[in-house]
Amino acid sequence: MGTVDSRRTILDALRRASPPAAPLPEPPRGARLPADPVAAFSEAVAAVGGTAVRVAAAALPEAVRELAAKLGAKRTFVGPAGAGVGDVRLDALADPHELEGIDLAVVQGVFGVTENGAVWVDTRPLGKHRGVFVIAQHLALVVPATELVANFHEAYDRLSFEGAGFGLFIAGPSKTADIEQSLVIGAHGARSCTVFVVG
Amino acid sequence: MTPASEAGRTAGAHDDFDRVAGPGGHPERAARFAADAARAHWHDQALWFVRVKRDRAASALADWEELREAASAVKAHTRSRLADYLEEFERNARAKGAVVHFARDAEEHNRIVHAILAERGVTRLVKSKSMLTEECGLNPYLEARGIEVVDTDLGERIVQLAHEPPSHIVLPAIHRKKEEIGDLFHDKLGTPAGLADPKLLTEAARGHLRERFLAAQAGLTGVNFAVAETGGVVVCTNEGNADMGTHLPPLHIACMGVEKLVPRMKDLAIFLRLLARSATGQPVTTYTSHFHGPREGGELHLVVVDNGRSELLADPDHRRALACIRCGACMNTCPVFRRSGGYSYGWTVPGPIGSILASGRDAAAHRSLPFASSLCGSCSDVCPVKIDLHEQLLERRREVANRGLLPWPKRLGMQLLSVVLRVTWLYALAGWLARVALRRLPRSILYAPANVWGRHRELPAPPRESFRAAYRRMKGGADGHGR
Amino acid sequence: MKVALFIPCYVDQLYPQVGLATVRVLEKLGVQAEFPEEQTCCGQPMANSGVAAAAQPLAEKFLDVFHGYDAVVCPSGSCTSMVRNHYAPLVGTRPEYEKVRRGTYELCEFVHDVLGVKALRGRYARKVGLHRSCHGLRELRLGSASERMEARYDKVGALLRGLDGIELVELTRPDECCGFGGTFAVAEEAMSVMMGKDRIADHARAGAEVITGTDVSCLMHMDGLARRQGTKVAFRHVAEVMAEALS
Repeated sequence: MGTVDSRRTILDALRRASPPAAPLPEPPRGARLPADPVAAFSEAVAAVGGTAVRVAAAALPEAVRELAAKLGAKRTFVGPAGAGVGDVRLDALADPHELEGIDLAVVQGVFGVTENGAVWVDTRPLGKHRGVFVIAQHLALVVPATELVANFHEAYDRLSFEGAGFGLFIAGPSKTADIEQSLVIGAHGARSCTVFVVG
Repeated sequence: MTPASEAGRTAGAHDDFDRVAGPGGHPERAARFAADAARAHWHDQALWFVRVKRDRAASALADWEELREAASAVKAHTRSRLADYLEEFERNARAKGAVVHFARDAEEHNRIVHAILAERGVTRLVKSKSMLTEECGLNPYLEARGIEVVDTDLGERIVQLAHEPPSHIVLPAIHRKKEEIGDLFHDKLGTPAGLADPKLLTEAARGHLRERFLAAQAGLTGVNFAVAETGGVVVCTNEGNADMGTHLPPLHIACMGVEKLVPRMKDLAIFLRLLARSATGQPVTTYTSHFHGPREGGELHLVVVDNGRSELLADPDHRRALACIRCGACMNTCPVFRRSGGYSYGWTVPGPIGSILASGRDAAAHRSLPFASSLCGSCSDVCPVKIDLHEQLLERRREVANRGLLPWPKRLGMQLLSVVLRVTWLYALAGWLARVALRRLPRSILYAPANVWGRHRELPAPPRESFRAAYRRMKGGADGHGR
Repeated sequence: MKVALFIPCYVDQLYPQVGLATVRVLEKLGVQAEFPEEQTCCGQPMANSGVAAAAQPLAEKFLDVFHGYDAVVCPSGSCTSMVRNHYAPLVGTRPEYEKVRRGTYELCEFVHDVLGVKALRGRYARKVGLHRSCHGLRELRLGSASERMEARYDKVGALLRGLDGIELVELTRPDECCGFGGTFAVAEEAMSVMMGKDRIADHARAGAEVITGTDVSCLMHMDGLARRQGTKVAFRHVAEVMAEALS
């Protein structure tokens, strides 16, 4: 829909209106990775309302169990290998709407960004259940301690988008300040965001 | 089936703002807003607070000004090859399974979106924030055709329930006090009477909107950035409403203006480091969602809209306004916006950027907007993409004058003043008369209602003589310049 | 160096003390400036109203009056900015334009940049609120603006800060507009008045006894409001402050 005419009309109008050529700059690089990336990252996660927890790989499943218990989570989805076992199996769910009711979702993060506490999550392994990170009442992300970058410039150096798929940066829990600028944590998505920094 | 009067009616149409702000241009509406001084100060303080948060967030980046320069340059480059980048974007988006539509104007945009929904029997749509769809008047268009549209950004839902437009592009309900929102929620959501705690009100909205998310048959979002290199679109939210709305239903429609394009993924880094800091003072929004193609078993439709953007691109004085990333920082820093509220501007996008864009669409209807500014320049300094906002406002003033839209007393006054000031002795005479008037005329005449200045301000105390007379006396005329 | 005084029209006619103070300050600093009597107005009110055609003859006249000088000094940020930043479309093709543009200075920047005086020696024992007029700040860059992330500098503040006994008070909004804005003061009366009153309140809360700045327009507007509402604060242009301090 939207006729071939509209496409042609718009493209022609944009071409006709073209301003003079202007060069495309190379983006700045930003500051280098801090000396203690995990500390900087943890601080940044806290600044966006999340909680960063450093754990050794062997201690991860226990840490996840503890978190689930603390949150009173009845239904837990645990995605990353080495983070333990949850009660929800995505392949048993016919439709993403069935994700509703998950109290805690533990999702693999690819890397973290120390400048702002964001974690890159590639949801392709989750298939049609890619929305589990936002539907679950609480969210935990697992990030290797060695996979921390300084800022978004370094982040995009690492990312490629060859095929279709959905990925996102998640920085802390869902939040809003739409009512008189009062910050409220837990708008529509996760009420809390715990980032396990592993290793 | 489609009433002719409904087709393509843009939201931000004048009757909407007449209803919420009363008639007139900016001065009349601003005066009404400011008449409740306590409320106007409350609004001013709320937005100043956001400006302060922005300052803190910006100061945390050592390369802030470098980033602004880079962002401005990327947008300028993109504008110079916009058609090429749009074709590249379309190619890559299609290769990943998205369907790409093109809409020349608001009406075509609305028709396309409606057709996509109607063909699939969708009657329940959830929407995350899109100023473009506000601009096109999508909601009333769809509602008139039997499609329920639920705005899911909390601020947008509040104004939707209240049947009013958003008053700010990032903080739609900033003009509403929590008690008023409490009353609204009591009425529409059944929350307890008198409940005004933002946390509890948000919790109520969470439950209410979650039902809508789960029941939705399609999700519609705006687009913060569209990447030509990959055919992907990026949507930034704090609440997660764009994600709640697009990962459950099988249909995602993303609407974007042509100016949302950036060339490469790596260019995103520049804008993402600027956007949230400028908008709310956060380092980044909670969710920065990158959509490349539809979800498994689903559909992704991208609606690319012109609606006057190609005309703006052709305008050498105002094309830089296309760089806007809709952060709202100009509104938060504007001393006039803070004290007059978004409704006073009478268009979908208010404040400094809105005044420039609105004047481009309808110079006559919005002729007061370029003058709703003291030209302080704070907006230009705060804009993350370095749009020369206050200079473009001045240019819009020239356009108002050139189109003969200035009120005739103002135009005549300026022409007369110019004639007098051109002739030194005439100018000196006028000054002398002014001093005599200030000295001799009784207050009842000097401060007659016609003297607008005198309503709230004392006039200058008249000096005995002008500077030039005093200087001449001082120098005794000996240096040859006295006359 | 042949220096001319450019005294804004309304300063000439209604605030002569500011012009005289400017003369005094320059003389104390060893500069004998001339006052070319043909001058009238830079044309800013017409230009800001969008009526470029009405501003142009005044811009032409300005070039005619001032082109023979090496420097033109003006106790007004907005008038100086009009010449430096907004004359190009009006008279940019004239041969005299470039020299006049480059040589026109606001008073404090002339003292600070051209005369090289980084701090004044003198006495001014008062609590002073420095109002950072917008055009001087954001168009002449007399100081760093609070929106920009740059090294902080403040030419006007630097000149005053070293004066004996002076206390520059701290405002909650260091560079918010006072709301004069030219015809804005009348066309957007409600906004202008509220903005001006808010500025005064900020200064009053900070304990300012004297409010000063580079532009009489801002001071005239705030003084008008203050006198009407009975706020006890004095308004002095920086030229007057400097002249008093140096005497």
